Amino acid sequence: MKPISVNIIRDKVCTMVQDINFNYPKDIRFLLDEATHNERNPLGKTTLKLLQENADIAAKEHIPVCQDTGMVIVFLKIGQNVQLIDGSLNEAINEGVRQGYEQGYLRKSIVDDPLYERINTKDNTPCIIYSEIVDGEQVEIEIGTKGFGSENMSMLQMLKPAQGEQGVIDTVLNAIKQAGPNACPPMVVGVGIGGSFDYAAVLAKKATLRDATMANPNPKYAQLEKTLLTEANKLNIGPQGFKGDTTVLAINIEYFPTHIAGLPVAVNISCHITRHAKEVIQ
Amino acid sequence: MIKVTTPITKKLCETLQVGDLVYITGTIYTARDAAHKRLTEMINQGIELPFDLKDATIYYVGPTPTPPNKTFGSAGPTTSARMDTYAGKLYDLGVSVTIGKGYRSKAVQDAIIKNNALYMVAIGGAGALLGKCVKHAEVIAFEDLGTEAIQRLEVVDFPVTVAIDGKGRMLYE
Repeated sequence: MKPISVNIIRDKVCTMVQDINFNYPKDIRFLLDEATHNERNPLGKTTLKLLQENADIAAKEHIPVCQDTGMVIVFLKIGQNVQLIDGSLNEAINEGVRQGYEQGYLRKSIVDDPLYERINTKDNTPCIIYSEIVDGEQVEIEIGTKGFGSENMSMLQMLKPAQGEQGVIDTVLNAIKQAGPNACPPMVVGVGIGGSFDYAAVLAKKATLRDATMANPNPKYAQLEKTLLTEANKLNIGPQGFKGDTTVLAINIEYFPTHIAGLPVAVNISCHITRHAKEVIQ
Repeated sequence: MIKVTTPITKKLCETLQVGDLVYITGTIYTARDAAHKRLTEMINQGIELPFDLKDATIYYVGPTPTPPNKTFGSAGPTTSARMDTYAGKLYDLGVSVTIGKGYRSKAVQDAIIKNNALYMVAIGGAGALLGKCVKHAEVIAFEDLGTEAIQRLEVVDFPVTVAIDGKGRMLYE
């Protein structure tokens, strides 16, 4: 067994949550720069340039790119030959979030009871943790921090298998249309296809965290990503809803086998920041 | 590009049209979900409000905490639609401008027309850039709400676009 201290994981989480709030991920910045160059609507182009300027100020001055520093979502892949030592993994991850949000002067946006009291927990915990046991002797931590302006515009549909590809296209484009200016376009859209009601949504979330410059390895799904991106950018929502060519920066699809009777489709809408990072601890 | 100084009076509102890029200098008040709920409760109970609503500009924002060596944190707009339930009443009581992002309801559009007021949008997700326009900030009510407390901000050249004007014309169709 390979021992790994949960304290190392805590410290990584603490650094990562700060880093993603101050610095645009490289993939998203690349797409933003490309879109700024290509945008034909003058007001859209000006807006994209302001987003670039905002990103530069944030990185230089250590001010969060967006004031909604989000709810933290952690995907863990834990090698089955790893023994986690020095305490509770869940507590360590939440402690990393707590320390990172305090040290970085990040906004605390979590309320403890979603329906009744809605009292702010004041340390941005708890975060959401998904863990998976895989082969090997390392721990992979993937972190996203999600603002809710865009999260609120996400949706899930249980399609009939006969609705097929067109059903998926309609669902995704409809979600983007409804999100409009509320989701801080240009958006990044994660689509989860298959699995079950719950798992489709997890896949959609995972899709938002994937490198946005990489296509799905399956050529059919890669083609669908391309089709969706082209169609979405014809909607003329544009940067911040000011119209133009740039409504969506990227559409990532993740898929999973499903039941003979089902075709679940989840659309997780994310914004032009889409903060994400991945680290491996060996 | 149009520069305006607060208070943004109804007379000043009349000169601004949908799509105008406006730079605001002066005093604006932060308020989002929880603060709106409390303000409305206070109005219903006839309690005096923490600031004068007449010709006031309300900014829908929940900023990040201010680091020790800075004037203010990150402060971009939040989604306005969540404040739609409360906005009509505030416009009726004298608020001339609200600033946020995204769509408004038909009821809010009607309240804007009725009161000859304005709805403006700032760039969503440009919190670092917008926060730098804040030169002074002071919590004036509901400190227990943390980021949702009401703050009086002094801003200089705060960039916004008119999204609904006094004639009810809308930027997003």
